Amino acid sequence: MADVISMEEIRAIASRLDIDPSQIDLNSIRLPPGEDFGIKSDDDDLHEEDPLEYDSGFGNIIVVDNLPVVPREKFEKLEGVVRKIYSQIGVIKEDGLWMPVDPETQKTLGYCFIEYNTPQEAELAREKTNGYKLDRAHIFAVNMFDDFDRFMKVPDEWAPPETKPYTPGENLQQWLTDEKARDQFVIRAGSDTEVLWNDARHMKPEPVYKRAFWTESYVQWSPLGTYLATVHRQGAAVWGGASTFNRLMRYAHPQVKLIDFSPGEKFLVTYSSHEPSNPRDTHRVVLNIFDVRTGKVMRDFRGSADEFAIGGTGGVSGVNWPIFRWGGGKEDKYFARIGKNVVSVYETETFTLIDKKSLKVENVMDFSWSPTDPILSLFVPELGGGNQPARVSLVQIPGKEELRQKNLFSVSDCKMYWQSNGDYLAVKVDRYTKTKKSTYTGFELFRIKERDIPIEVLELENKNDKIIAFAWEPKGHRFAVIHGDSPRPDISFYSMRSGNNAGRVSKLTTLKGKQANALFWSPTGRFIILAGLKGFNGQLEFYNVDELETMATAEHFMATDIEWDPTGRYVATSVTSVHEMENGFNIWSFNGKLLYRILKDHFFQFLWRPRPPSFLSPEKEEEIAKNLKKYSKKYEAEDQDVSMLLSEQDREKRKMLKDEWDKWVNEWKRLHEEEKLERQKLRDGEVSDEEEEYEAKEIEVEELLDVSEEILSFDFGQE
Amino acid sequence: MRPILMKGHERPLTFLKYNRDGDLLFSCAKDHNPTVWFADNGERLGTYRGHNGAVWCCDVSRDSMCLITGSADQTAKLWNVQTGAQLFSFNFDSPARAVDFSVGDKLAVITTDPFMELSSAIHVKRIATDPAEQTGESVLVIKGPQGRINRAVWGPLNKTIISGGEDAVVRIWDSETGKLLKESDKEAGHKKTITSLMKSADGSHFLTGSLDRSAKLWDTRSLTLIKTYVTERPVNAVAMSPLLDHVVIGGGQDASHVTTTDHRAGKFEAKFFEKILQEEIGGVKGHFGPINALAFNPDGRSFSSGGEDGYVRLHHFDTEYFNIKI
Repeated sequence: MADVISMEEIRAIASRLDIDPSQIDLNSIRLPPGEDFGIKSDDDDLHEEDPLEYDSGFGNIIVVDNLPVVPREKFEKLEGVVRKIYSQIGVIKEDGLWMPVDPETQKTLGYCFIEYNTPQEAELAREKTNGYKLDRAHIFAVNMFDDFDRFMKVPDEWAPPETKPYTPGENLQQWLTDEKARDQFVIRAGSDTEVLWNDARHMKPEPVYKRAFWTESYVQWSPLGTYLATVHRQGAAVWGGASTFNRLMRYAHPQVKLIDFSPGEKFLVTYSSHEPSNPRDTHRVVLNIFDVRTGKVMRDFRGSADEFAIGGTGGVSGVNWPIFRWGGGKEDKYFARIGKNVVSVYETETFTLIDKKSLKVENVMDFSWSPTDPILSLFVPELGGGNQPARVSLVQIPGKEELRQKNLFSVSDCKMYWQSNGDYLAVKVDRYTKTKKSTYTGFELFRIKERDIPIEVLELENKNDKIIAFAWEPKGHRFAVIHGDSPRPDISFYSMRSGNNAGRVSKLTTLKGKQANALFWSPTGRFIILAGLKGFNGQLEFYNVDELETMATAEHFMATDIEWDPTGRYVATSVTSVHEMENGFNIWSFNGKLLYRILKDHFFQFLWRPRPPSFLSPEKEEEIAKNLKKYSKKYEAEDQDVSMLLSEQDREKRKMLKDEWDKWVNEWKRLHEEEKLERQKLRDGEVSDEEEEYEAKEIEVEELLDVSEEILSFDFGQE
Repeated sequence: MRPILMKGHERPLTFLKYNRDGDLLFSCAKDHNPTVWFADNGERLGTYRGHNGAVWCCDVSRDSMCLITGSADQTAKLWNVQTGAQLFSFNFDSPARAVDFSVGDKLAVITTDPFMELSSAIHVKRIATDPAEQTGESVLVIKGPQGRINRAVWGPLNKTIISGGEDAVVRIWDSETGKLLKESDKEAGHKKTITSLMKSADGSHFLTGSLDRSAKLWDTRSLTLIKTYVTERPVNAVAMSPLLDHVVIGGGQDASHVTTTDHRAGKFEAKFFEKILQEEIGGVKGHFGPINALAFNPDGRSFSSGGEDGYVRLHHFDTEYFNIKI
């Protein structure tokens, strides 16, 4: 480490050398390559903390104890047995098996070392063979070599841990107190990751923080926006802070691929999958659940990829991510995963299964949590060739009692959509027609909050319409469906309330023949974007569902992603690097006015920083909405001031540019004049260019081509 | 503004040039026949036959009597504009690329491509008043820059030669000695191949276009970078209005990618920029392929563009154009 010099000393030295430290441009100082003057950069620090197993190189060695003690004659036989047992689990390195021999007695010492190719194999071998009964007297005790090392280092005497004085942390929610009430977003383009303010008033983003190679794969905001998570080879990290982004915590997980926050951002799930050394084996999967604030591993899960891939396929890189789905709202109380014929529900108090056992559900295919309540919805397909109907059931956690169940017949597939307040659940059911040759779709609508959870069946007017997209209005009672045939499908809006009879679903309207294949509701409801992504080249229609009218239509050519800002004021559409061209993003107002457009090559990600839910009660919100005019006055005045200031600045800038240009032009004119004579000389005395205005004369030329005379005879026959 | 479509070339256009009076438009294309058109109505006057390769560039003398063309057939040729007769042929050992007459039309600069073992070069030739006395001798040969030199033009009073090409550097040479006088700044300058270079009407400043998707405005004497115009596509052609403070930039995605994407993605537009504020003010669409050549009529009331699609589009501005206020 470099000696620490205080600012005072620096000033003293500077004044001695007659230098004004404020005049030094620190960025212009270049260190010789490879020299860091003993000052560690943040990133070096990161590299150094590679997990033990890679650093020491002993992570792939296990120690097997309780082997029989054998004389020399039997040595080879024992070695053969041990080798046989352990090479079933993984590939033992060449010379990777060492059974030490007592030099005096020439007998083995009753233990041996085995070195595998990878730490994962060693780990697996330890798990599988610890407690292995070779015979009654010899039960293997298997340990990781590194563990010996670690436990040897434990001091014999207990020393009380140092109590560090409490240092108040930064306000991690500083960004919410922005005076202009702006929102932040993060973008990833090329090697840079950048956090920016969306300054819609100035029609441009304002930079907050930028860092090259901030993450090795992607970034993600925590659900309440407090943290930004980055993914690295060694693990994940979260960043945040009052004015800039500091690293707050690291979560070691070698080769982590995917991460996921719990909805209340208390926990972070990390996932990695490791290539097995034997290509016939399935991948090994490691999952860790960390406490976000302390960085402690709360629970880890290990197993083969098969165990974690049940229930639907696809998702990111073959995993159905997130494997653990969080339930019970923002309290992060429960999480669950689907297994073969079971749904395992864990609670976060002890990180164990509720009632110590999983929920047994024969053949369960899919499940999802209510976004607000500890209610699980499960889907079980038909069994026994249609003898046992398919069913959707709602299960209350932690009691595990079934709240409601619905049997469904001749079902081919089911998809469950929860409304964001957990008020409604829509189940899209694909059924076979009688001939079983094709399918048609209907909806089962559950009203969760009403007594006995009534279910209503909704079928589209044209039963054969294919459903392209479905979306609930956030916090609302309406939903939108795109249905019909692909080139020009129809879009219908329904409400769960109808005029006089509150308990019936009613259709609001159908828009015919729209170029859309995706629906994006504003997070505050009421407005929706009907988007035609992919095949439709980025058609956008901004629609007001209250008034049932189109506010604007636009196009962001080739757009791949659309995201509303958390307040529902702005929308970002982006073209990510799946396309070669047009990479970048557009920011629109909620009603479809293009505010600004930024182009970036190799554009990967655009994410708005989420906001925690509002503290305003619904009544208060309603009151504000009612008196909007009163409240908005202040902001309108502010807006006007800003636009005045902007145009003033703009005018000044233009004037400056104009003046600068005029200076150039005058200089050129002077030089041009000076050179006039010389130029004339070069042209043999002919006057130089612009002084002599040429004239375009129109000359009419008449040319006589041919003259011929012909006598015409008029025949007045009848006379 | 309804363009006049001029179909006369069978291959992509490479260069367009108006004569000084602005009544004739010369066009070069990858087919072998430079063509001359009436600049007003787009009628074809004739072609200059004799080249045996793509024609890359041309220049016409101040009195509109003599045309010089540079071609991939390793020659640069002088033509009688009126009769279409070939007056002289400069023969090289590699393709000729850029040609430019000096002030007074007594000298011409011709660049040649790197070819086989030969490196690129800038040749200065004396142009005789009487074609019968014309010789092929070079007054000066400049070598040095790596890669193709896509454009070379004369500086003020024929004292310098300005060149730009594949190495993305703008250079100013002494036209007497061949000494390198100035080089554009690596940081501020272009990052990729310079595809075009166009002088202002009085020669005081010039505009370069580059595949790095920008066009830059430089001072001819000091080589100071004055303005930068940024677009979304590689720039193949640039032009400056002699009348208003407007700059036109043409280009589009690489011709080799054209078949794989929607035509709207290609941005085959001639983009108009306000010269001083560097702001985009409009665009003229129409070409089905990148724009390779642009030229302004010396009166500033019309301009023409030549595309990879083989068409020349001649645009006469509407009166509204002259009243654009930003």
